[in-house]
Amino acid sequence: MNLPWGPGGEFARREAAMSISGLLWQLLAIVLALALAPLLTGWVNQCRAWLQNRSAPPLLQPYYMLHKLFLKDVVLAHGASPLFRFAPFAVFGCMLLACAIIPTLSTDLPLAPTADTIALVGVLGLARIFISLAAMDVGTSFGTLGGRREMLIGFLAEPALLMVIFTTALISQSTSVATIVETLAHRDFIIYPSLAFAGIAFTFVSFAENARVPVDNPATHLELTMIHEAMILEYSGRHLALIEWAASLKLYAYSCLGLALFFPWGIAAGSSVLGLLMAIPVLLVKLVIGGFLLAGIETINAKVRIFRAPEFLGTAFLLAVLGLLVRLMLETRV
Amino acid sequence: MSATMPISAQLINLFASVILLLAFAMLAQRRVLTLINLFALQGLALCLATLVAAVSTGQTHLYYSAGLTLVLKVLLLPWILHRLVRKLNVKSEVEALINIPATMLVGIVLVMVAFNVALPISELSQTITRGTLGIALAVVLLAFLMMITRQKAITQVVGFLSMENGLFLAATSATYGMPMVVELGIALDVLVGVIILGVFFFQIRDQFDSLDIRHMENLKDN
Repeated sequence: MNLPWGPGGEFARREAAMSISGLLWQLLAIVLALALAPLLTGWVNQCRAWLQNRSAPPLLQPYYMLHKLFLKDVVLAHGASPLFRFAPFAVFGCMLLACAIIPTLSTDLPLAPTADTIALVGVLGLARIFISLAAMDVGTSFGTLGGRREMLIGFLAEPALLMVIFTTALISQSTSVATIVETLAHRDFIIYPSLAFAGIAFTFVSFAENARVPVDNPATHLELTMIHEAMILEYSGRHLALIEWAASLKLYAYSCLGLALFFPWGIAAGSSVLGLLMAIPVLLVKLVIGGFLLAGIETINAKVRIFRAPEFLGTAFLLAVLGLLVRLMLETRV
Repeated sequence: MSATMPISAQLINLFASVILLLAFAMLAQRRVLTLINLFALQGLALCLATLVAAVSTGQTHLYYSAGLTLVLKVLLLPWILHRLVRKLNVKSEVEALINIPATMLVGIVLVMVAFNVALPISELSQTITRGTLGIALAVVLLAFLMMITRQKAITQVVGFLSMENGLFLAATSATYGMPMVVELGIALDVLVGVIILGVFFFQIRDQFDSLDIRHMENLKDN
C-alpha cells in the first residue's frame, strides 16, 4: 500500500494541485455542512413523527432552537472548571473538521491531506473524550453516568468503524478518504460482497454513535436510559447551542461518509463547476432518502437494554471483520 | 484482480456471502421461529447461487438441484419445522450454552480457519465458483458450532440442516455439484431425517417434559 503522506504520495500530489477554486469549493462544502446539518436533524425528526402518528414539528425547528439558545445567557454550575466551558467549542471544531474532510460534493478537497480515515476516527474520538470529560467535570451523578456510558459505546464502536474503513481502504489501496471515495465512485461496476458487509456494519456503528434508537433515544429524558442527553444536562445558552449543532454535524458527517463510501455516485472528481453543481442536488436527494430510512429503522426498532449494546456493537464489529475476510478470500483472486 | 471477474462469478460470490451472513445470523438468533425463517432464507440464497452457476455453465443437472433446493429447503422443511414448533409449543427463547458474543467471536476464528484451509484446495479447482469453497467450509463449521452451543433439540436440527446447506455449497463450488443420484439420495435422507426427528421430539417431550437435551445425558438416574 502506498503511504499517502510519503514523498510523491498522493498528499504531495494533492497539495500541488491545490488551487483557488479548490479552496472556494472546500469553503462551500463547509458552509453547506453548517447549514444543512440542522436541516437534516429536523427532517429526521419530522419523519419520525409522521411514522409514529404524531404531529410533526416544523422542518426548521432545529434552527429556531439554535437561535433561541444563542440568545440566552449561559448559566454555569458552581464546580465547573475551564474545561467545561472549552468543551463545546472543541466538540464543535472536531465535528466541523470531520465534515470538511469527508467528501460531500467533490473529492478534490484541499483540506483532505490534514487527516486520513484513521485520523478521522481519531478526530471523532477526540470530540467524544471532550464531551465525556465535560460531563464528568461538574460532578453530578447523571453527567458521570452519561459520560461512562458514552465511553463504553465509543470503545466498542471505534474498532468496528476502523474495520469498515480498512475494508474500503483495501479496495482502494489508500487510507485517504478522498482517494477511497474517488476509487469507489469511478470504478467499473463490480459487485463487492465485502462492501455489503461493511455497509451493514457502518449502519450499526452510526446508529450507536449518533445516539439513535437501538442504543440511545435522542428524544428521551428518562434518567435510566439516556446517554447523550445525560451528558449535556448541565449545559445552557450558547454552549448548549454549540453542542446541539455539533450533534447535528455528527449525524451529517456520518450520513455523508456512509453515502460517500457505499453510494458514491454523483460526487464530482475534479472542481469543474458543472459537476459540482450537479453534485449538490444529488447529495440533497440522497440525504432526504437516507434521513427517511434512518427514521424508519428507528421506528421499527425498540431501544435495547444498555447491557445489550455491547452485543449490538459486537455484531457490527463481526460484520466488519467478515467484510475484511470476504474481501481477502473472494475478491483478491480471479 | 477482481476487475476481470465475470459477472456470474461476482453474483455467486455475493450469494455465497449472503449464505455466510445468514449462518452468522442463525448463530446469533435467540428465537426459534426466526431461526427457521433464516434457515429458509439461507436455502433461497443457496438456490439462487446454484441457479446462477447453472445459467453460466449450462449444466442441466444444476437446474434440477436448484429446483430441489427450492422445494425442499425453502418450502417443505421450514413448513415442517414451523408445524413442529407450533405443535410442540416451544418457548420462543433459545438457551445457549455460551453467551452470544463469545459464540460470534469463536465463529470468526472458525471462518479464518476455514478460509485458510480452503485456499490451497480451491487453487486446484477449475470452476468459476471455486472462491466460495472457503465460505462453504465456514458455513459447515458454523453450523457445527451452532449444534454444539445450543441445548434445545429443535435448534440442533436446524443446525444440522444448515450444515447440509454448507456441504451442498461446497459441492457446487468445487465440482459443480454431485451426481444427481447422490443429490437425490441426500435430499431424501434429510427429509426423512427431519420427519423421524420430529417424531423423536414428541417422544423426548413425553419422556422428559422438555426438549432440553441435558436431560438425556444421565440415563440411569431417571
